[in-house]
Amino acid sequence: MPSFYKLVATGVALMLPLLVSAESLVPEPPAPAKKYNDKTLCVEPVPEMRRNHMKYLLHHRVEALREGVRTKQFSLKECIDCHNAPSPKDGKVASIESKDHFCNTCHTYAAVKIDCFECHSDKPANTQYRHPLSSMKFPEQKFGENQSLDDKALNIMAAKEERQQ
Amino acid sequence: MNTDNNIDKYRRQFLASATAVAGLAVAPGIILTQVAHSKPLDQPASSKNRWGLLIDVSKCATGCNACVKACYTENGISGVGSPTTDAQWIRKVKLTDKQTGHVQSLPFMCQHCETPPCVDVCPTGASMKRADGIVLVDKHICIGCRYCMMACPYKARSFVHEPIHDQIFPRGKGTVESCTLCVQRIDDPNGPRETACTEACNAEGHKAMWFGDLNDPESEISKRLKQYGGVQIRADLELNTGVRYQNLD
Repeated sequence: MPSFYKLVATGVALMLPLLVSAESLVPEPPAPAKKYNDKTLCVEPVPEMRRNHMKYLLHHRVEALREGVRTKQFSLKECIDCHNAPSPKDGKVASIESKDHFCNTCHTYAAVKIDCFECHSDKPANTQYRHPLSSMKFPEQKFGENQSLDDKALNIMAAKEERQQ
Repeated sequence: MNTDNNIDKYRRQFLASATAVAGLAVAPGIILTQVAHSKPLDQPASSKNRWGLLIDVSKCATGCNACVKACYTENGISGVGSPTTDAQWIRKVKLTDKQTGHVQSLPFMCQHCETPPCVDVCPTGASMKRADGIVLVDKHICIGCRYCMMACPYKARSFVHEPIHDQIFPRGKGTVESCTLCVQRIDDPNGPRETACTEACNAEGHKAMWFGDLNDPESEISKRLKQYGGVQIRADLELNTGVRYQNLD
Protein backbone atom coordinates (compact mmCIF):
# COMPACT_ATOMS: atom_id res chain seq x y z
CA MET A 1 0.00 0.00 0.00
CA PRO A 2 2.66 2.57 0.92
CA SER A 3 4.18 1.99 -2.47
CA PHE A 4 0.85 3.05 -3.98
CA TYR A 5 0.90 6.35 -2.08
CA LYS A 6 4.48 6.82 -3.14
CA LEU A 7 3.42 6.30 -6.73
CA VAL A 8 0.63 8.86 -6.41
CA ALA A 9 2.97 11.33 -4.71
CA THR A 10 5.56 10.89 -7.44
CA GLY A 11 2.86 11.29 -10.04
CA VAL A 12 1.62 14.53 -8.49
CA ALA A 13 5.17 15.77 -8.12
CA LEU A 14 5.80 15.05 -11.78
CA MET A 15 2.54 16.66 -12.87
CA LEU A 16 2.99 19.80 -10.80
CA PRO A 17 5.38 21.66 -13.09
CA LEU A 18 3.19 20.60 -16.00
CA LEU A 19 0.10 22.08 -14.35
CA VAL A 20 1.91 25.31 -13.54
CA SER A 21 3.34 25.65 -17.00
CA ALA A 22 0.00 24.67 -18.57
CA GLU A 23 -1.52 27.82 -17.13
CA SER A 24 1.11 29.99 -18.70
CA LEU A 25 0.52 28.22 -22.02
CA VAL A 26 -2.98 29.68 -22.15
CA PRO A 27 -2.62 33.04 -23.85
CA GLU A 28 -3.84 36.04 -21.88
CA PRO A 29 -6.46 37.79 -24.00
CA PRO A 30 -5.84 41.48 -24.70
CA ALA A 31 -7.32 43.91 -22.20
CA PRO A 32 -10.54 45.67 -23.22
CA ALA A 33 -10.54 49.33 -24.16
CA LYS A 34 -13.02 50.02 -21.38
CA LYS A 35 -14.20 48.40 -18.19
CA TYR A 36 -17.93 47.82 -17.98
CA ASN A 37 -17.78 48.64 -14.29
CA ASP A 38 -15.16 48.45 -11.58
CA LYS A 39 -16.46 45.30 -9.92
CA THR A 40 -17.00 42.87 -12.75
CA LEU A 41 -14.86 44.59 -15.42
CA CYS A 42 -16.87 42.92 -18.19
CA VAL A 43 -20.67 42.82 -18.64
CA GLU A 44 -20.66 39.90 -16.20
CA PRO A 45 -17.78 38.84 -13.93
CA VAL A 46 -14.75 37.93 -16.03
CA PRO A 47 -14.58 34.20 -15.08
CA GLU A 48 -18.28 33.88 -15.92
CA MET A 49 -17.73 35.55 -19.29
CA ARG A 50 -14.75 33.35 -20.09
CA ARG A 51 -16.80 30.24 -19.43
CA ASN A 52 -20.24 31.24 -20.67
CA HIS A 53 -19.97 34.14 -23.14
CA MET A 54 -21.35 31.93 -25.91
CA LYS A 55 -24.53 31.27 -23.94
CA TYR A 56 -25.15 34.98 -23.41
CA LEU A 57 -24.53 35.64 -27.10
CA LEU A 58 -26.82 32.83 -28.20
CA HIS A 59 -29.60 34.02 -25.93
CA HIS A 60 -29.17 37.62 -27.05
CA ARG A 61 -29.14 36.83 -30.75
CA VAL A 62 -32.55 35.15 -30.55
CA GLU A 63 -33.99 38.04 -28.57
CA ALA A 64 -32.47 40.70 -30.79
CA LEU A 65 -33.26 39.27 -34.20
CA ARG A 66 -36.47 37.36 -33.70
CA GLU A 67 -38.13 39.53 -31.06
CA GLY A 68 -36.53 42.91 -31.61
CA VAL A 69 -35.12 43.32 -28.08
CA ARG A 70 -32.11 45.53 -28.72
CA THR A 71 -30.42 45.81 -25.31
CA LYS A 72 -26.71 46.47 -25.58
CA GLN A 73 -25.29 44.54 -22.63
CA PHE A 74 -24.81 41.20 -24.40
CA SER A 75 -24.62 42.50 -27.94
CA LEU A 76 -21.78 41.12 -30.05
CA LYS A 77 -21.31 44.56 -31.54
CA GLU A 78 -20.54 45.94 -28.09
CA CYS A 79 -18.08 43.08 -27.40
CA ILE A 80 -16.20 44.02 -30.55
CA ASP A 81 -16.32 47.76 -29.83
CA CYS A 82 -14.57 47.24 -26.49
CA HIS A 83 -12.45 44.14 -26.99
CA ASN A 84 -11.22 44.76 -30.50
CA ALA A 85 -10.69 48.50 -30.25
CA PRO A 86 -7.80 50.06 -32.16
CA SER A 87 -4.43 49.26 -30.61
CA PRO A 88 -3.25 52.15 -28.40
CA LYS A 89 0.22 51.74 -29.93
CA ASP A 90 -0.45 52.15 -33.64
CA GLY A 91 -4.23 52.55 -33.88
CA LYS A 92 -4.57 49.36 -35.94
CA VAL A 93 -7.55 47.03 -35.59
CA ALA A 94 -6.93 43.28 -35.70
CA SER A 95 -8.92 41.31 -38.28
CA ILE A 96 -10.45 37.92 -37.49
CA GLU A 97 -7.84 36.23 -39.71
CA SER A 98 -5.09 37.43 -37.38
CA LYS A 99 -4.16 35.59 -34.19
CA ASP A 100 -4.15 38.94 -32.35
CA HIS A 101 -7.91 39.35 -32.72
CA PHE A 102 -9.43 39.21 -29.24
CA CYS A 103 -11.60 36.19 -30.03
CA ASN A 104 -8.75 34.35 -31.72
CA THR A 105 -6.31 34.65 -28.81
CA CYS A 106 -8.28 31.99 -26.95
CA HIS A 107 -10.03 30.21 -29.79
CA THR A 108 -6.77 29.36 -31.50
CA TYR A 109 -5.54 27.79 -28.27
CA ALA A 110 -8.82 25.95 -27.70
CA ALA A 111 -9.07 24.92 -31.37
CA VAL A 112 -12.58 26.38 -31.64
CA LYS A 113 -13.60 27.66 -35.05
CA ILE A 114 -16.26 30.33 -34.82
CA ASP A 115 -18.34 31.53 -37.74
CA CYS A 116 -19.79 34.67 -36.11
CA PHE A 117 -17.66 36.86 -38.34
CA GLU A 118 -18.79 35.30 -41.59
CA CYS A 119 -21.73 37.69 -41.22
CA HIS A 120 -20.86 40.06 -38.37
CA SER A 121 -18.13 42.63 -38.72
CA ASP A 122 -14.93 41.69 -36.86
CA LYS A 123 -14.05 45.35 -36.34
CA PRO A 124 -15.80 48.19 -34.55
CA ALA A 125 -18.17 49.92 -36.97
CA ASN A 126 -16.41 53.23 -36.50
CA THR A 127 -12.99 53.00 -34.92
CA GLN A 128 -13.16 56.55 -33.59
CA TYR A 129 -16.47 56.03 -31.86
CA ARG A 130 -17.05 54.18 -28.60
CA HIS A 131 -20.65 53.20 -28.22
CA PRO A 132 -21.92 53.95 -24.73
CA LEU A 133 -22.40 50.54 -23.14
CA SER A 134 -25.72 49.45 -21.74
CA SER A 135 -27.00 52.05 -19.35
CA MET A 136 -29.78 49.77 -18.16
CA LYS A 137 -27.87 48.11 -15.37
CA PHE A 138 -25.14 50.60 -14.55
CA PRO A 139 -26.45 54.03 -15.44
CA GLU A 140 -23.37 55.77 -14.10
CA GLN A 141 -21.14 53.89 -16.55
CA LYS A 142 -21.64 56.02 -19.62
CA PHE A 143 -18.45 56.46 -21.50
CA GLY A 144 -17.34 59.54 -23.33
CA GLU A 145 -17.80 59.44 -27.08
CA ASN A 146 -14.76 61.53 -27.81
CA GLN A 147 -12.31 59.59 -25.73
CA SER A 148 -8.76 60.02 -26.93
CA LEU A 149 -6.41 57.12 -27.59
CA ASP A 150 -4.30 58.16 -24.60
CA ASP A 151 -7.29 57.71 -22.31
CA LYS A 152 -7.86 54.27 -23.79
CA ALA A 153 -4.25 53.28 -23.20
CA LEU A 154 -4.50 54.49 -19.59
CA ASN A 155 -7.62 52.43 -19.08
CA ILE A 156 -5.95 49.34 -20.47
CA MET A 157 -3.03 49.83 -18.09
CA ALA A 158 -5.40 50.33 -15.16
CA ALA A 159 -7.32 47.19 -15.99
CA LYS A 160 -4.10 45.21 -16.27
CA GLU A 161 -2.84 46.44 -12.93
CA GLU A 162 -6.10 45.57 -11.28
CA ARG A 163 -5.99 42.06 -12.63
CA GLN A 164 -2.44 41.55 -11.46
CA GLN A 165 -3.34 42.58 -7.91
CA MET B 1 -24.75 56.65 -1.01
CA ASN B 2 -24.24 55.65 -4.58
CA THR B 3 -27.64 53.96 -4.71
CA ASP B 4 -29.33 57.06 -3.30
CA ASN B 5 -27.68 59.13 -5.98
CA ASN B 6 -28.95 56.73 -8.59
CA ILE B 7 -32.49 56.87 -7.23
CA ASP B 8 -32.36 60.65 -7.48
CA LYS B 9 -31.01 60.31 -10.99
CA TYR B 10 -33.81 57.93 -12.01
CA ARG B 11 -36.40 60.28 -10.52
CA ARG B 12 -34.96 63.21 -12.36
CA GLN B 13 -34.85 61.24 -15.60
CA PHE B 14 -38.43 60.10 -15.10
CA LEU B 15 -39.65 63.61 -14.38
CA ALA B 16 -37.73 64.96 -17.35
CA SER B 17 -39.18 62.39 -19.74
CA ALA B 18 -42.68 62.83 -18.27
CA THR B 19 -42.44 66.57 -18.84
CA ALA B 20 -41.15 66.00 -22.35
CA VAL B 21 -44.09 63.73 -23.18
CA ALA B 22 -46.57 66.19 -21.68
CA GLY B 23 -44.99 68.96 -23.73
CA LEU B 24 -45.28 66.99 -26.92
CA ALA B 25 -48.85 65.99 -26.19
CA VAL B 26 -49.80 69.64 -26.59
CA ALA B 27 -47.99 69.90 -29.90
CA PRO B 28 -50.16 68.58 -32.70
CA GLY B 29 -49.45 66.15 -35.50
CA ILE B 30 -46.52 64.03 -36.41
CA ILE B 31 -44.33 64.44 -33.31
CA LEU B 32 -47.03 63.05 -31.08
CA THR B 33 -47.48 60.01 -33.33
CA GLN B 34 -43.77 59.26 -33.25
CA VAL B 35 -43.61 59.40 -29.46
CA ALA B 36 -46.56 57.04 -29.21
CA HIS B 37 -44.68 54.46 -31.29
CA SER B 38 -41.20 54.60 -29.77
CA LYS B 39 -40.09 51.24 -28.42
CA PRO B 40 -37.58 51.03 -25.54
CA LEU B 41 -34.53 48.89 -26.28
CA ASP B 42 -35.59 46.15 -23.87
CA GLN B 43 -39.10 45.77 -25.28
CA PRO B 44 -39.86 43.24 -28.03
CA ALA B 45 -41.57 44.24 -31.28
CA SER B 46 -45.33 44.29 -30.86
CA SER B 47 -48.08 42.89 -33.05
CA LYS B 48 -49.96 46.13 -32.38
CA ASN B 49 -47.84 47.61 -35.16
CA ARG B 50 -47.71 46.55 -38.75
CA TRP B 51 -45.03 48.41 -40.64
CA GLY B 52 -45.50 49.02 -44.31
CA LEU B 53 -44.75 51.18 -47.31
CA LEU B 54 -46.97 53.04 -49.73
CA ILE B 55 -45.64 53.93 -53.16
CA ASP B 56 -47.30 56.42 -55.48
CA VAL B 57 -46.23 55.23 -58.91
CA SER B 58 -47.35 58.46 -60.62
CA LYS B 59 -44.78 60.42 -58.57
CA CYS B 60 -41.90 57.97 -59.04
CA ALA B 61 -39.47 59.37 -61.61
CA THR B 62 -38.17 57.20 -64.43
CA GLY B 63 -34.39 57.01 -64.31
CA CYS B 64 -34.15 58.08 -60.65
CA ASN B 65 -32.74 55.43 -58.34
CA ALA B 66 -32.14 57.46 -55.20
CA CYS B 67 -34.07 54.89 -53.14
CA VAL B 68 -31.85 52.04 -54.35
CA LYS B 69 -28.67 53.99 -53.64
CA ALA B 70 -29.88 55.02 -50.18
CA CYS B 71 -30.81 51.43 -49.31
CA TYR B 72 -27.43 50.12 -50.37
CA THR B 73 -25.57 52.82 -48.44
CA GLU B 74 -27.68 52.32 -45.32
CA ASN B 75 -27.35 48.54 -45.29
CA GLY B 76 -23.84 48.29 -46.71
CA ILE B 77 -24.74 46.32 -49.81
CA SER B 78 -22.18 46.20 -52.56
CA GLY B 79 -21.96 43.70 -55.36
CA VAL B 80 -18.96 42.15 -57.03
CA GLY B 81 -19.96 43.36 -60.48
CA SER B 82 -22.01 40.29 -61.30
CA PRO B 83 -25.53 41.56 -62.08
CA THR B 84 -27.03 38.06 -62.21
CA THR B 85 -25.93 37.10 -58.71
CA ASP B 86 -25.36 40.37 -56.82
CA ALA B 87 -27.81 41.01 -53.99
CA GLN B 88 -30.84 43.16 -54.79
CA TRP B 89 -32.73 44.38 -51.76
CA ILE B 90 -34.63 46.94 -53.80
CA ARG B 91 -34.79 47.46 -57.55
CA LYS B 92 -36.35 49.91 -59.92
CA VAL B 93 -38.79 48.32 -62.34
CA LYS B 94 -39.86 49.96 -65.61
CA LEU B 95 -43.21 48.90 -67.02
CA THR B 96 -44.03 49.72 -70.62
CA ASP B 97 -47.50 49.23 -72.05
CA LYS B 98 -46.80 47.78 -75.49
CA GLN B 99 -50.15 48.93 -76.80
CA THR B 100 -49.94 52.58 -75.82
CA GLY B 101 -46.23 53.06 -75.03
CA HIS B 102 -47.14 54.35 -71.56
CA VAL B 103 -44.13 53.96 -69.26
CA GLN B 104 -44.32 53.54 -65.50
CA SER B 105 -41.45 53.29 -63.06
CA LEU B 106 -41.59 51.93 -59.54
CA PRO B 107 -39.33 50.68 -56.76
CA PHE B 108 -39.78 47.04 -55.88
CA MET B 109 -38.64 45.19 -52.77
CA CYS B 110 -39.77 42.51 -50.30
CA GLN B 111 -43.52 43.05 -49.96
CA HIS B 112 -43.56 41.95 -46.30
CA CYS B 113 -46.59 39.67 -46.67
CA GLU B 114 -48.85 38.88 -43.77
CA THR B 115 -48.76 35.22 -44.84
CA PRO B 116 -45.32 34.95 -46.44
CA PRO B 117 -44.71 31.92 -48.68
CA CYS B 118 -40.98 32.16 -47.88
CA VAL B 119 -41.74 31.46 -44.22
CA ASP B 120 -44.02 28.54 -45.13
CA VAL B 121 -41.39 26.70 -47.11
CA CYS B 122 -38.27 27.31 -44.96
CA PRO B 123 -37.02 23.94 -43.71
CA THR B 124 -35.11 25.37 -40.72
CA GLY B 125 -37.32 28.20 -39.51
CA ALA B 126 -34.76 30.78 -40.57
CA SER B 127 -37.23 32.62 -42.76
CA MET B 128 -39.45 34.38 -40.27
CA LYS B 129 -41.95 37.15 -39.69
CA ARG B 130 -41.51 39.44 -36.72
CA ALA B 131 -44.47 40.36 -34.53
CA ASP B 132 -44.68 43.77 -36.21
CA GLY B 133 -44.98 42.27 -39.68
CA ILE B 134 -41.39 42.55 -40.91
CA VAL B 135 -40.26 39.48 -42.83
CA LEU B 136 -36.62 38.61 -42.07
CA VAL B 137 -34.04 35.87 -42.48
CA ASP B 138 -32.42 34.51 -39.32
CA LYS B 139 -29.00 34.00 -40.86
CA HIS B 140 -27.85 32.13 -37.77
CA ILE B 141 -29.90 29.13 -38.83
CA CYS B 142 -30.22 29.74 -42.60
CA ILE B 143 -28.60 26.84 -44.45
CA GLY B 144 -28.65 28.60 -47.81
CA CYS B 145 -31.01 26.14 -49.54
CA ARG B 146 -32.76 29.02 -51.36
CA TYR B 147 -36.16 27.39 -51.12
CA CYS B 148 -37.58 30.76 -50.01
CA MET B 149 -36.19 32.42 -53.13
CA MET B 150 -38.16 29.99 -55.27
CA ALA B 151 -41.31 30.35 -53.19
CA CYS B 152 -41.34 34.15 -53.25
CA PRO B 153 -43.68 35.37 -56.02
CA TYR B 154 -41.93 38.76 -56.00
CA LYS B 155 -38.36 37.57 -56.57
CA ALA B 156 -37.46 39.70 -53.58
CA ARG B 157 -34.71 37.62 -52.04
CA SER B 158 -31.04 37.27 -52.92
CA PHE B 159 -28.39 34.74 -52.08
CA VAL B 160 -24.93 35.90 -51.02
CA HIS B 161 -22.36 34.11 -53.17
CA GLU B 162 -19.14 35.81 -52.09
CA PRO B 163 -17.46 36.28 -48.70
CA ILE B 164 -18.19 39.71 -47.20
CA HIS B 165 -16.03 41.79 -44.85
CA ASP B 166 -16.58 44.96 -42.79
CA GLN B 167 -20.35 44.67 -42.82
CA ILE B 168 -22.49 47.46 -41.46
CA PHE B 169 -25.31 45.06 -40.61
CA PRO B 170 -24.79 41.30 -40.49
CA ARG B 171 -24.82 39.58 -43.86
CA GLY B 172 -22.64 36.80 -45.12
CA LYS B 173 -21.85 34.19 -47.72
CA GLY B 174 -24.15 31.20 -47.93
CA THR B 175 -27.26 32.89 -46.58
CA VAL B 176 -30.33 34.46 -48.15
CA GLU B 177 -31.24 38.08 -47.54
CA SER B 178 -33.78 40.70 -48.55
CA CYS B 179 -35.23 44.07 -47.61
CA THR B 180 -35.49 44.33 -43.81
CA LEU B 181 -37.69 47.43 -43.94
CA CYS B 182 -34.68 49.09 -42.26
CA VAL B 183 -35.40 47.21 -39.05
CA GLN B 184 -32.50 49.02 -37.35
CA ARG B 185 -34.34 52.30 -37.88
CA ILE B 186 -37.64 50.86 -36.69
CA ASP B 187 -35.99 49.61 -33.47
CA ASP B 188 -34.36 52.98 -32.85
CA PRO B 189 -35.07 53.79 -29.17
CA ASN B 190 -35.75 57.42 -30.11
CA GLY B 191 -38.77 56.33 -32.09
CA PRO B 192 -39.07 54.54 -35.40
CA ARG B 193 -37.45 56.43 -38.24
CA GLU B 194 -38.61 56.06 -41.82
CA THR B 195 -36.76 53.67 -44.10
CA ALA B 196 -33.69 54.81 -46.04
CA CYS B 197 -35.53 54.53 -49.38
CA THR B 198 -38.44 56.69 -48.20
CA GLU B 199 -36.07 59.26 -46.75
CA ALA B 200 -34.10 59.47 -50.00
CA CYS B 201 -37.26 59.77 -52.10
CA ASN B 202 -38.44 62.68 -49.96
CA ALA B 203 -34.99 64.29 -50.09
CA GLU B 204 -35.04 64.06 -53.90
CA GLY B 205 -38.33 65.94 -53.81
CA HIS B 206 -40.37 63.21 -55.51
CA LYS B 207 -42.24 62.28 -52.33
CA ALA B 208 -43.48 59.07 -53.90
CA MET B 209 -42.99 56.83 -50.85
CA TRP B 210 -44.49 56.73 -47.36
CA PHE B 211 -43.42 54.60 -44.46
CA GLY B 212 -45.71 53.97 -41.52
CA ASP B 213 -47.85 51.79 -39.32
CA LEU B 214 -50.71 50.19 -41.24
CA ASN B 215 -52.42 49.29 -37.95
CA ASP B 216 -52.52 52.88 -36.77
CA PRO B 217 -55.53 54.63 -38.37
CA GLU B 218 -53.96 58.01 -37.53
CA SER B 219 -50.73 57.38 -39.44
CA GLU B 220 -50.12 59.20 -42.72
CA ILE B 221 -49.89 55.92 -44.65
CA SER B 222 -53.22 54.62 -43.28
CA LYS B 223 -54.98 57.90 -43.97
CA ARG B 224 -53.70 57.96 -47.54
CA LEU B 225 -54.70 54.36 -48.11
CA LYS B 226 -58.14 55.06 -46.68
CA GLN B 227 -58.63 58.10 -48.84
CA TYR B 228 -57.09 57.03 -52.14
CA GLY B 229 -56.89 53.24 -51.87
CA GLY B 230 -53.92 51.18 -52.96
CA VAL B 231 -53.23 47.91 -54.69
CA GLN B 232 -51.15 44.89 -53.81
CA ILE B 233 -48.98 43.34 -56.47
CA ARG B 234 -50.40 39.90 -57.25
CA ALA B 235 -53.36 40.53 -54.97
CA ASP B 236 -54.80 37.25 -56.32
CA LEU B 237 -52.33 35.36 -54.11
CA GLU B 238 -54.05 36.85 -51.04
CA LEU B 239 -50.79 37.42 -49.18
CA ASN B 240 -51.92 40.75 -47.69
CA THR B 241 -48.70 42.57 -48.46
CA GLY B 242 -47.30 45.36 -46.29
CA VAL B 243 -46.15 47.28 -49.38
CA ARG B 244 -48.94 48.94 -51.36
CA TYR B 245 -48.94 50.83 -54.65
CA GLN B 246 -51.07 53.71 -55.85
CA ASN B 247 -51.78 54.89 -59.41
CA LEU B 248 -50.49 51.66 -60.86
CA ASP B 249 -52.25 50.67 -64.03
